[in-house]
This record gives sequence, structure tokens and C-alpha cells, in this order.
Amino acid sequence: MDTHETLPRLSRRQVLKWFAAAAAASQATPFLAFSQDSVHDAVGYGSDPKLNEIYKRGDFWPLTFSSKQRKTVTALADVILPTDDLGPAASQLRVPDFIDEWVSAPYPKQQADGKTVLSGLKWIDEESNQRFKKNFADLNIKQQQSICDVMCKQDHTDSKLKQAASFFRTFTSLSMGAYYSTPEGWKAIGYTGNTPSPTFAGPPQEVLDKLGLEQTVKS
Amino acid sequence: MPTISVSQSKAEYDVAIVGSGAGGGQMAYTLTLAGLKCVMLEAGRSYDPVTETPMFQTADQAPLGGASTPDKDLGFWDSTIDGGWDMPGEPYTQGSTSKDQEFTWWRSRMMGGRTNHWGRISLRNGPYDFKGRSRDGLGFDWPITYDEIQPYYDKVEMLIGVYGTNEGMENTPDSPPGVLQPPPKGRVGDLMTQKAGKKVGVPVIPIHRAVLTRPLDADTIPAKLHPGNKKAQKIVGDAMRARAACFWATPCGRGCSIAANYQSTTVHLPPALATGNLDIIPNAHAREVLIGKNGKASGFLFVDKTTGKEERVNAKAVVLAASSGESVRILLNSENNQFPDGVANSSGLVGKYIMDTVGSSLSGQIPAMENLPPHNDDGAGGSHFYSPWWLYKEQLAGKLDFARGYHIEIGGTRRMPGGNSPVPGDYTRGLYGTKLKEEARRYYGSFIGLACRGEMIPNKNSYAELDPTVKDKWGIPVLRWHWKWTDHELNMAMHAERTFASMIEAMGGKVRGTPAKTGLDIIRPGGNVKHEVGGARMGDNSKDSVCNSLNQTWDVENLFLTDAAPFVTNADKNPTLSIMAFSWRCADHIIEQARQGNL
Repeated sequence: MDTHETLPRLSRRQVLKWFAAAAAASQATPFLAFSQDSVHDAVGYGSDPKLNEIYKRGDFWPLTFSSKQRKTVTALADVILPTDDLGPAASQLRVPDFIDEWVSAPYPKQQADGKTVLSGLKWIDEESNQRFKKNFADLNIKQQQSICDVMCKQDHTDSKLKQAASFFRTFTSLSMGAYYSTPEGWKAIGYTGNTPSPTFAGPPQEVLDKLGLEQTVKS
Repeated sequence: MPTISVSQSKAEYDVAIVGSGAGGGQMAYTLTLAGLKCVMLEAGRSYDPVTETPMFQTADQAPLGGASTPDKDLGFWDSTIDGGWDMPGEPYTQGSTSKDQEFTWWRSRMMGGRTNHWGRISLRNGPYDFKGRSRDGLGFDWPITYDEIQPYYDKVEMLIGVYGTNEGMENTPDSPPGVLQPPPKGRVGDLMTQKAGKKVGVPVIPIHRAVLTRPLDADTIPAKLHPGNKKAQKIVGDAMRARAACFWATPCGRGCSIAANYQSTTVHLPPALATGNLDIIPNAHAREVLIGKNGKASGFLFVDKTTGKEERVNAKAVVLAASSGESVRILLNSENNQFPDGVANSSGLVGKYIMDTVGSSLSGQIPAMENLPPHNDDGAGGSHFYSPWWLYKEQLAGKLDFARGYHIEIGGTRRMPGGNSPVPGDYTRGLYGTKLKEEARRYYGSFIGLACRGEMIPNKNSYAELDPTVKDKWGIPVLRWHWKWTDHELNMAMHAERTFASMIEAMGGKVRGTPAKTGLDIIRPGGNVKHEVGGARMGDNSKDSVCNSLNQTWDVENLFLTDAAPFVTNADKNPTLSIMAFSWRCADHIIEQARQGNL
């Protein structure tokens, strides 16, 4: 399996394009905030991508997380979806790659989520350093969970904490979308299918009994 | 799919057809098997479902987990290519800035058009559906009865293969014995809804869908479809043998590489091509109907998208099946000295009385369905059960505050997860770790969605016209849409909402979301169900209709419209099956005219 190291990274050409764009823009505006969380000049896959293919993250646009961001994402995703009896941890199912692809995508919804995610990642490391003098990824699990507990609270009045809670909701939803896309994720959630069969039996008797149902289509 | 370029086209054809979807596909099929030489213009590229369909691909193999994007509105694996709500360089405009009057237009510029991705729901219009005005004084009657079109429904169902049952219900026609294929078993969501329906008085029965649950009977059906035509029987038999029965995996919206479901590209076009009588020109964007000095149509003017040049094809008869909106646009753009307001528009009705399907939905969470033992719920890649409209008598007795019916489509949720979280966020709020995974497993598949698909009554305020200034990238004027729902549709959506709530509660479930105050809170925008029909309705005379009951325009005798543009009303029954039935009937008329030397 590919690891994130072997996935396509930002190309030098891509970076040069950004700098060219930034230089052009800076002549028109007195100040250009050149931060990596606001630069997206990738294009989408278009209206006629080849469909009968298998794609991997980064095939259509470059992944853009810095190594620091990737560390935080990996640590947080693994707190949210850890290794347990239901399956492996998020990072083993490449959830961080999915989130990277998502926030790096050139589409409006993904870019909006990207803003939420990138500012949330910034907040979470600031909070970790303030409380524990370490980045989130370097905390022990109890410390990481204590920060998640803050983000889980739904009744924040402070705007920064409200944003952190919103980030956590978005991040959890993306992580679940990624996790349950995989065969291991299917097992964890109880999906079975996507396999050809000569017949379709409908729900097994055990399920019908549990729900008090009768199969009304007889063969 | 074998195609030709413009330079390879013949000097003249018997019939030129615009569009390769349900209407154009059926037309080409019927005409070519009868020996007529046809040319088909398709605005999109050629497309081969056998090699291009993403069967079995999973969300983790798609960008963004297959989530929908502006490039692929219905998700990455949806078969639609070069189409969707917005197409670069091919705009359409709105007659109003009011959100309630918005129209959304789905286009599919590809071989086979929308038949590649459609839901395969194949419901016949019933006797009432052709005579609505006579029944309740609203809208208009069709110039045809159910009995007249019924043989064509039979033939289309035999050709494409439709599963379902005959239940003998009011205005929900049975098919003749032996025509339907066996229905698939009910899934959890289907059976739960059926049981709940019993409690609240809503019938739930197997739906009719164009999916093969067993191989077609290639030894007997072709002779029924093409009596006395041995060559056609052979070709159609071979085409039927090339289709496999459903193998109960992968959603139909991706298309089907084994041709288990109907799409024009696997069912209509291969036998038509096998006759040697069909030339298909892809990337041919039809612009105008050409009219000769004698007032008859002589062919089509189109843009060859591969060169950007204007080209033409010539034919003795011409058929528009470009989708109702696009056909309206072509007619209106075909103005000339003889037809200053657009071809076939002496009635002034081209573009008028456009209808969509009333669409709304409600979902619920059903505690009894939590933590169900995992089991394969994929089924036939689409609906198994539905509720046909059941309140005809109450409606006629004036007990309801809307005039026409809706059917209910059932959405189970044990589908292949991916892309988006399989459980709505409010069920896992504040959770992480193993507890989150346990709750995700608990709630997965415990939701049921019920959708209203109802009849809209035609009204004066819902129409399309040419935008006076906006043009597409080839300089062709685009459509400006006007839309307005009436109380009939809005009240229907509210009735559906209350019905769905009662069904969800009968399952012991809880309705999700906040209750609607008016129909406008829940009704989907015009065009959003992608059932836009009308705009060139058929009728009894040239004053109040564009074409006659044979889909032949009153003004130009060799111009036929066989998409949904001639629809007079839009019953809750999904339009595709009716498009094909009317197209086949129209094709038989063209064949008869050719035999008599009248083309």
C-alpha cells in the first residue's frame, strides 16, 4: 500500500506558479497574505473524467498539508477513530490523505471546509502549547482527549471555542466519510455488499424476525 | 460505439434524428429495423457503457470519496459526463430573481443522454392521466386514450425488460400476462414501509423498473415485437442475448456494463446499428430545423463541435428528441421567413406549459432498525417498492386541497458508505473514540427516506423562451426559464409531508428535521426532479397545440417531436417509459408513410 510519503507531493512547477501569481498580485495590492491556507489554483477533474479507473489521493490535484499539519491531522484522526475491536485506526486507513485531498480541492464546498480545517488545526496546536507546552501530536492520549473534550462541548459562547467546536464537527464528519469508504470501514459499520451474486435473497430470516417483518415477494 | 464524422455522412437520409436518449434511441431502433436509413445527431461524445462504466468501484477509489462537485453534480461515479446543472459555455437564464421561481435544468451531453444514469423507474400513465381536464376541469386532455397507447407500453416493456407486479389498482395499469419480469425481494426499508403503510392506509407494492431480474426471452419476444420481419427478429434476439440479468450489485446510476438495465446505449442503439441503417454523428450540436421552399423540413443545421463549423444533414423527415427544453430551443431558433416565430409555432405554444414533477422528501430514524445484523441490502441498484397514488376517490369527492396524485419512493440507507459520513452528525455529536464507532454502527442503516413524486398541473407561468441577449459559446441564443408553482403542487407537498410523518411514526421512528410551514419550504425547485416535460404539447387541432397525437407537428408535416415536449400533462408516473411508447408509435406512423411513398 502507498504511504503518504509515496503519494504525489506539490511539484516544483506548482510552487513556482504560486510564486508567480503572488508576485503579480502583490504589485496590485499593498499587502498580500501569502499563507499556505489560502492558495488554491488547482483545477478540478472536469466534466468528463475517466470513470472506469481506480484513483488515489493526489491524482487530480496536489495534496497541500505541511508536515506539521499532517502530524496534527494524523494524531487527531486517530483519537477520533482509534484502533479497537471494530477496526484499525484512521491513519491506517489513510484518513489523513483523504482530508488533505479534500481541503486541497478546487471546489467551493471543499474550500470552505478547508478554511475551517486549517484554522482548526492552528487552534488545536496553540491550545496544546498553551496547556501542555507541546504540539497536539506530541501529547499523550489523555491530554489529547482533554482537548477533544473542549471541542466536543456544544454550548461555547467564546467565538474561538465555538469555531473549534465547528472544526471538530467538520473534521469528524470528514474522518468518518473517509474511514467508512474502505473495506475495513465497511466491516466496522456493518456494510456488506458490492459483490455480484446470481440471486438476491433479501434480508435474512434473523433480520426479518428482529423487525417482525415478513418477506412479501415470494419467488 | 461506432460513429461517423460529418464528412462520411450520406447526401440524404430517410430520417434525421436529433438526440440519442429514450426518444431518439427508440425512434432509431424502430425505423432502422423497418429498413429506413437514418442519421442521428448527438450533441455529446460517443460513450460505451461496456468499457466505461465504473462497476464495483468504491468510494475510497474516487476523488473526494465520490462526493458531488460542480463537475459531477451527482457524484463522481454517476454516469453523466459533460452534463449537469451548469455547463461551461452553455448557460441558461432565469425569468425571475425570486428563489421560488427558479428553474434548474439538467442536461446530459453524451451518447444515450439521460438514459445512462436515470432511475429506471418505468410506470405507465393510466387512463385518468390522459383525460385530467375531463375528470376535474384542470389542465388539458391528451388527444389520445390509454387504450390507444397501451400496445406500445406493452412492446416497450417487452423490449427493455421491466420488473414488477400486476396489482389491479386504480389508474395503475397492469401489463399483459408474461410481459413483466419477476420483482426483486423487498429489502428492510421496503418491508418496514409496507408494514407501516398498512397501519396508516397507504398501499406499498413492488415498483416497475427497467432492470432484468432474469435474461430476456430472446427466443419468443422478438417475434412479438417485429412480426413478419425475420431480419429484425434476428437482430433483436441477438441484442437480447447480449444482455445479462442483474447481478445485484453496483447502483444503476453508474450505468451498467452488463446491460442488465435499460439505457439507450445498450438496448436501443446496438440493434439499430446492427441493421446497417443508422449513422450516428457525435459532437453534433443541433442548431436549427432546416425548412425547404415547399414548407417541409429538409434536415438540420448543426455545429460540429470537433471543428466549430456549421454543418447540415438532409433527410426526408426529421425528428427532434433532444430533451423537451433543447427541442423547444431548436424550434424557436429555427425562425425564417415562413416561420418568423420559430418553426411549428403558429399556435404560439412552443415553450409553453412546461411541467416538472413535484418533488419533496422526508426522512426518519427508526430505533427498531438500529444495530441490525449486517446483511447485503444492495438489491437491484435502485427502488424495489413504492406506493402508487391511492386517494383517487377522496380527491374526486373534494376531500383534498390539491387535484392530482403523487407516488412515494422509498429510500433505504444500508447502501455502500463513503465520501460523506454514513451517519448524520447530530447522531454522533460530541463523541469520539470507540464510542463514536459504536454509535456509527448502531445508527448506520436505521434511516428511511420517503420521497414524493407528484403531478404538476400545467400553468401559464411556467414556460421557456429565447433569452433576447444571452448566447452560448457557439453564438446560439439560450433559453430563459420562467417558473411558478400553484397551490395544487404546494398543498400536495404538504400532504406528502404529513403522510410521510405518519408512516415514519408508524414504524416507531422519529422524523428528522424541522416541520415545513408551507409547501415552498420543501418542494424542490422547478426542473430539479429532471422530469421537465411539455413545451410543444399535442392536441386535437393546430390552434391550441403544436403537434397531433402522432407527435407530428401541425405546421410542418414531416417534423416529429419524440422527447417529452409533446406531453400535455405530467402524471406522477416518471416520463421515460411514456416517451418511448409515444416514440415507437410515431415511428410506426413514419414507416407507414414511407411505405406509401409519402416521405
